[in-house]
Amino acid sequence: MRNIVTSDVIVIGGGLHGSSTAMNLAKAGAEVLLLEKNYVGRHASGVNAGGVRTLTRHMAEVPLSLASQQIWANIQDHVDDDCGFEICGQMRVAEHEADVKTLRDRLALMQSKGYTHEEWVEPADVCKMIPSIVPTIKGGLIARHDGAADPYRTTLAFRRKAQQYGADFREGVTVHQVAKRNQSWWVDTDAGQFQSRVLVNCAGAWADKIAAQFGEFVPLKAVGPMMLVTTRMPHFLETVVLGTSRPLSFKQRANGTVLIGGGHLAWVDRNRDVTELDFHALSKGAKTVCELFPHMRNAVISRGWAGIEASMPDGIPVIGPSGVEENLFHAFGFSTHGFQLGPVVGQIMKDLILSGTTDLPIEPFHISRFS
Amino acid sequence: MFKRLPEAQAEVMVNPVRVTVNGMEVVCRNGDSVASVLFVAGILACRDTPVKGTPRGPFCMMGVCFDCLVNIDDVPNQQGCMVLVKPGMKIERQQGLREVQT
Amino acid sequence: MNTGTNYDVAIIGAGPAGMAAAISLTKFGINVVVLDENVSAGGQIYRGVTTSPLSAKPQILGDDYWSGQKLVKEFLESSAERIAGASVWAVSQHTSGSEQSHFEIGYSVNAQSNIMHARHVLLATGAHERPFPIPGWTLPGVMTAGAAQSLLKSTAIVPSGRLVLAGCGPLLYLIAWQYLNAGVKIEAFLDTTPKGRIPNLWPYAFDFMRSPYFLKGLKLVREVKANVNVIKSLSGLVANGQEKLESVTFKSASKNQSIEADHLLLHQGVIPNINLAQAIGVTLEWNDILKCWVPMSDAWGNTNIERIHMAGDAAGIAGAWAAESRGQLVATDIAYQLGKLSLAQRDISVTEHRKVYARATRGREFFDRLFQPAQAFRRPTGDTVVCRCEEITAQQVRETVKIGCTGPNQMKSFLRCGMGLCQGRFCAVTVTELIADERGVSESEVGHYRLRFPTKPLTLGELATLPQTDESISAVVRLKKPV
Repeated sequence: MRNIVTSDVIVIGGGLHGSSTAMNLAKAGAEVLLLEKNYVGRHASGVNAGGVRTLTRHMAEVPLSLASQQIWANIQDHVDDDCGFEICGQMRVAEHEADVKTLRDRLALMQSKGYTHEEWVEPADVCKMIPSIVPTIKGGLIARHDGAADPYRTTLAFRRKAQQYGADFREGVTVHQVAKRNQSWWVDTDAGQFQSRVLVNCAGAWADKIAAQFGEFVPLKAVGPMMLVTTRMPHFLETVVLGTSRPLSFKQRANGTVLIGGGHLAWVDRNRDVTELDFHALSKGAKTVCELFPHMRNAVISRGWAGIEASMPDGIPVIGPSGVEENLFHAFGFSTHGFQLGPVVGQIMKDLILSGTTDLPIEPFHISRFS
Repeated sequence: MFKRLPEAQAEVMVNPVRVTVNGMEVVCRNGDSVASVLFVAGILACRDTPVKGTPRGPFCMMGVCFDCLVNIDDVPNQQGCMVLVKPGMKIERQQGLREVQT
Repeated sequence: MNTGTNYDVAIIGAGPAGMAAAISLTKFGINVVVLDENVSAGGQIYRGVTTSPLSAKPQILGDDYWSGQKLVKEFLESSAERIAGASVWAVSQHTSGSEQSHFEIGYSVNAQSNIMHARHVLLATGAHERPFPIPGWTLPGVMTAGAAQSLLKSTAIVPSGRLVLAGCGPLLYLIAWQYLNAGVKIEAFLDTTPKGRIPNLWPYAFDFMRSPYFLKGLKLVREVKANVNVIKSLSGLVANGQEKLESVTFKSASKNQSIEADHLLLHQGVIPNINLAQAIGVTLEWNDILKCWVPMSDAWGNTNIERIHMAGDAAGIAGAWAAESRGQLVATDIAYQLGKLSLAQRDISVTEHRKVYARATRGREFFDRLFQPAQAFRRPTGDTVVCRCEEITAQQVRETVKIGCTGPNQMKSFLRCGMGLCQGRFCAVTVTELIADERGVSESEVGHYRLRFPTKPLTLGELATLPQTDESISAVVRLKKPV
């Protein structure tokens, strides 16, 4: 008979949110065991665009995002790694008047709430900041303290720090079933049985399967946002550029390669961890890039990929305690924009688990909004 | 240093194709690839890598190593071994690192 | 060029397997297209067979090469459509813009992208040289033996400086023999075939002696040995030079030796070109004799993906003659799956192909074991470049294992190793072996890079102008972003 491994807290899912949760818990002295079905950072966390963005977030996310940005500013101290984080600003650009209105309305909304981190940029200034952008650009909305980091490196840094604090990470362990018996969580995996007092569901695109085992049904959809990367090019861009009315995320990295994303979706089979890139959709994205940055026509695409991410119908994640079970917590469904929130979500989960409460307003993220 | 065997040299005489390599005129055989023309013109390195600026030349001659990248008619990143010469073609060394750093 | 044209079968690769399959399929009245990235048909083995300047002197290249003319001629005269200069970068199943066809193939010709549809796809993508990671192998002046042979066949261009050949395997002896026929001087032939193998191979020797290559091979090797300085049992092979190759050094008979050289041809066998197969989702398995990844296919060429077949060296290294008969055999199965034959008819009609295939592959077990590259030349150390594209060294790769990377994909994210344009063609097997070496586990357990489309690069402009089919226009797949 195999031994049952016991821990105070079990975290399911070794993406950024799971690793950040484990790190914060371990730092506070909790006994943490993390179970990851592939390897840490295998899915969305390791292959996203690395955008560290507060810009144009859903209103509910803004306080969390601003809090997370404080952590990012000191990420080196936080996880002993600079994570490749660079503050280069992120800007949503207006291609036409309708875009201008969208962005200006947004600015007005933010200002009415007392937020100052998003600013309007006049067309002439956009062209000065980004000389290679099409000169007919109509302006932009910028968050100057936003930037970008290396997603895989970041996830690994949180994992390493968590392990330094004593967290136990097990990779290649797939959770099959979870049940509550006598105030304990019993987790059945293909590597044996695990037991804990507290269970944290950070299972990303598979988190609904965990939640469903307690009757907490969430309409999660596994999506595969696609990315393309080019070969190294002469430096032409510092800021991260986003589209307003059509999907675009456009960034040149320090090594000269250009990352193109934005939200066009691949075909996904989350049961086999397989995606297939949709070249028709990628073609639309390529067209967007070429129209905004005409010189990119000759850029050479060297690779394409798609991570598997969890998308929620209202576009915001599930963060918080379970609606039906004690000592069960959720942090998933980041709908392709969870990377920047990783640092703060780990702290929120730690606060919820160890003190029962958090300062940050997480009510809009409660899982019960779907029941 | 490479040379044409007499059979190939004969074809060059009969039906020469003229191109320029780094500004220098080179006479080729119809059917030569750009990479083979570089070799015959005495050029072993056709580019510098973008990572470390290391000189590289064609390695596999079948389109899988991507070491033979050159500028052809002002279009970069052309695989020299996969492109056949055409009259008037302009072939130039690809500067990898220097381009990226400017 | 028709956008979104539908074919019964799309064959990728016009080498012996692809050509033979195309010919067979057309005989069943099947609508076939062959996408070939080269301008002229023939693949690698018969490269230039219709255009070579050496046709007037067939004794230079030898009969085996010229025997390819017949196949190429038959292929060009068949009703198979051929798209030359086609770089295939995707074969999609689930995101196809067509309701009827199973596969959508994304490809480019002359920097213009296009798509086509097919009900079946046959991957006959052949093989390429194994990596031969020695210090200095990236220097200008160093190339593969196959590269030199392509140069000879297609353009009759030969090295005229001080030439050294190094490695193991029949292809190296072949090019040496061809060079002798062409009057090219060879300074030295450094044979890296590991010493002392033959006694262990006696069980396979009988079959080898009945192989079609045996007598030819012996004759060839004898002629090379009689005319070239062949040095065996060497280690520590290094290509030296600053901006280009200047000398080749090695250790042999306990002595450090140095040969001044302008050209070094390296070769230690060929390995299947797996990128397209793997990106499509075909399962790979590690072949421990050939020490490489091989896409899995059954006796009929079926893979784990329905309606994707494989034939030729891409499905397992077996040579040109075997590729031809296998191409015919696989085509017969495709014809059966398309309803042109009954199962019984299929089984009967391949009897001859099976016989030829058996004869063509006789002795391979001996062959493959004898010429398995030495471990030192598969598992480099120190500053030896492993990833040519990103200039990553063996030491760097080994070190990532020490910090916890258990496989090529994690290591790739860390080091960028495998992220270059060759997409791992020249580093995948080395990386798998290095990680296996550091971890002390099997290559199978270590696994392989996760390869994706595009399997060949294309420009953003090409992608932006990809022709859209009606179906793909109406299928708007977009993620709404909250603003």
